[in-house]
Amino acid sequence: MMATTIYVPCDTTARSLGADAVAARLTRAAERLGVDIQLKRNGSRGLFWLEPLVEVETATGRVAYGPVAPTDVDALVDAGLFEGRQEHDLALGDIEAHPYLARQQRLTFSRIGLTDPLSLEDYTARQGFAGLKQALALTPQGIVDEVKTSGLRGRGGAAFPTGIKWQTVHDTPAAQKYIVCNADEGDSGTFADRLVMECDPFMLIEGMTIAGLAVGATQGYIYLRSEYPLAQAMLDEAIVRAEAAGYLGDNILDSGHAFHLEVRLGAGAYICGEETSLLESLEGKRGLVRAKPPLPAIEGLFGQPTVVNNVLSLAAVPLFSTRAARPTPTTAWASPAAPWRCSWPATSPVAGWSSWPSAPPCAS
Amino acid sequence: MSHPTPQPADTALAAQLQAVIDQHAARPGAMLPLLHAIQAQHGYIPDAAVPMIAEALRHTRAEVHGIISFYHHFRTHPPGRHVIQVCRAEACQAVGARALEAHVKSALGVDYHETTADREFTLEPVYCLGNCACGPSLRVDDEIHGRMDAAGFDRLTAQLSATVVEVK
Repeated sequence: MMATTIYVPCDTTARSLGADAVAARLTRAAERLGVDIQLKRNGSRGLFWLEPLVEVETATGRVAYGPVAPTDVDALVDAGLFEGRQEHDLALGDIEAHPYLARQQRLTFSRIGLTDPLSLEDYTARQGFAGLKQALALTPQGIVDEVKTSGLRGRGGAAFPTGIKWQTVHDTPAAQKYIVCNADEGDSGTFADRLVMECDPFMLIEGMTIAGLAVGATQGYIYLRSEYPLAQAMLDEAIVRAEAAGYLGDNILDSGHAFHLEVRLGAGAYICGEETSLLESLEGKRGLVRAKPPLPAIEGLFGQPTVVNNVLSLAAVPLFSTRAARPTPTTAWASPAAPWRCSWPATSPVAGWSSWPSAPPCAS
Repeated sequence: MSHPTPQPADTALAAQLQAVIDQHAARPGAMLPLLHAIQAQHGYIPDAAVPMIAEALRHTRAEVHGIISFYHHFRTHPPGRHVIQVCRAEACQAVGARALEAHVKSALGVDYHETTADREFTLEPVYCLGNCACGPSLRVDDEIHGRMDAAGFDRLTAQLSATVVEVK
C-alpha cells in the first residue's frame, strides 16, 4: 500500500502556531500505529485563522483539518485522520470548497499552499519554469514587449508599468546591469511578499531570471529584511537548488545566458524599503535616500542600470512574460485596459491576485 | 591615531574577526554581509572590528561607526544567550502587544536593549515580523511565536531557561 501523504504547512505563521510540533506528533502517532505516512511540508494557503491546517491526501482528494494544535493530534488520529475520516470537530473537508477560497482565482498564488516550496519537482509539475523556457526563445526586446503588453504594473504599491521600467534599463548600454528585488516588506499588516518567498521561492527566482534576460543583467540581488529569517533560509536553499539544476548560473538551461542571484540581508532600517536608500544599503552604506534623477534604471546599483521591482511584481513575471504562458483572462481582467492590474493591498482578505465580481478598491 | 598594543585575548578575537573580514571583503557592497557575519559569529559587533573593517573596505572608522549605528539590527554589546524581540508594529499593538510588552519587561526585569542579570535574555523591540494575522508576535532567536500572551510567554521562557539547567 502506498504511503498516505499528510501536509503540514511550514510558513512562518503556521510554525508560529505550532506546526512543527504538530508534524512531529503526527510522525510519532503514525509510528505508534504502524501507519505508513509521507509527511510533506507545504506552504500556507493563507487561511491563517485555520493554521496549522493539516491536509490528508485521500482517494477522493485532500481532506483538511484545522486549526490543529499539537495537543489535538492524538484525538484527530484516533478519529481517523490518517484515513481522511471527517467525524472530528476540526474536520473541514475539501478546503478549496471553503467560501474564502472558492471565490478566488489565484494566479501568483496558484501553487502556494499546494506544493513543497523547495521541491523543483512540485514547481515544474505546476507550470514552474515554463515562463523562463518561453522567454529564452524570445529576444530581450521581445520579452520587454510581452511584459508591456501584459499590462503588468508594479505591485509594490506605485503601479508603475513594469515593461516601461525594463525598457529604460534595456535601452541603457552598460557592461554590467542589475536586477534588484525589493523584499524589504516593512509595513505592519503586509506579508504577501513573505508568503511568496517562503512558499514559492522558485517563482521569484524565475521572475528575476526573466527580468535579467530581458534587460541584459547577469546579476540579481534580493534585498530581504532581517526580520524574515525563514524567508532567508528558504530563498538561500531555493537558489542553491535552482543553480544545481541549471536554472541559475553561467549557462541557464544551456542557453548561453548567465544569471546569478544572491540574497542580501537588510538590518532593521525601515527607510531601506524606498528604492534609492535600498540601493545605498546594498552598496554597503547608510540607507539614505538619493535624489532623482538619475533614475535607478539609468544609474542604479553601483552606478549601473538597475531594475528595482517589488517581490510580487517579479513573482508575476513568469505568468505574464510570454503570451503563451499568460493565463486565460477571466471576468475581472478581461478588458485589455483592466485598470485594476495594480498592487493589491496586502491586508485585503484575498491573498494574491484574484478575480472579483466587481472592480476591487484600487480600480478607481 | 596610534593603535594600542593588542593584548593576548584581543589577538584571538582579532584573528577571528580578520578571518571573517577576509572571507567577505572582496564581495561587491561587502559592508552589510560582513557586519551580519560578524554579528552571527559574536552576537554583536565588537569595537575591535571597527578599525579592521575600515582598513579592509577603505573607509574611515567614523564611516564604519556611522553605518553600524544607522542599522538597528546591529548590536555593539554582547547579548544574552537568547534574544527576545517583541513586535511593536501596528497590527500586533491592535491585538494586545502593549500588554504583552509590559508583562515581558516586568517578568524579565529589563527594559528594551537590556540583558537579564543572569545573561539569559536580551530584550529588543522589532517592527513587524510579517505574522500580522496571528499577533501578538515574538521572535526568540530565529523562531517566531504567534498569538503570544503573558501565560504563553512565561511557558516559553521557562522552557528556554530549562535547557541550560541540565545537571548530569
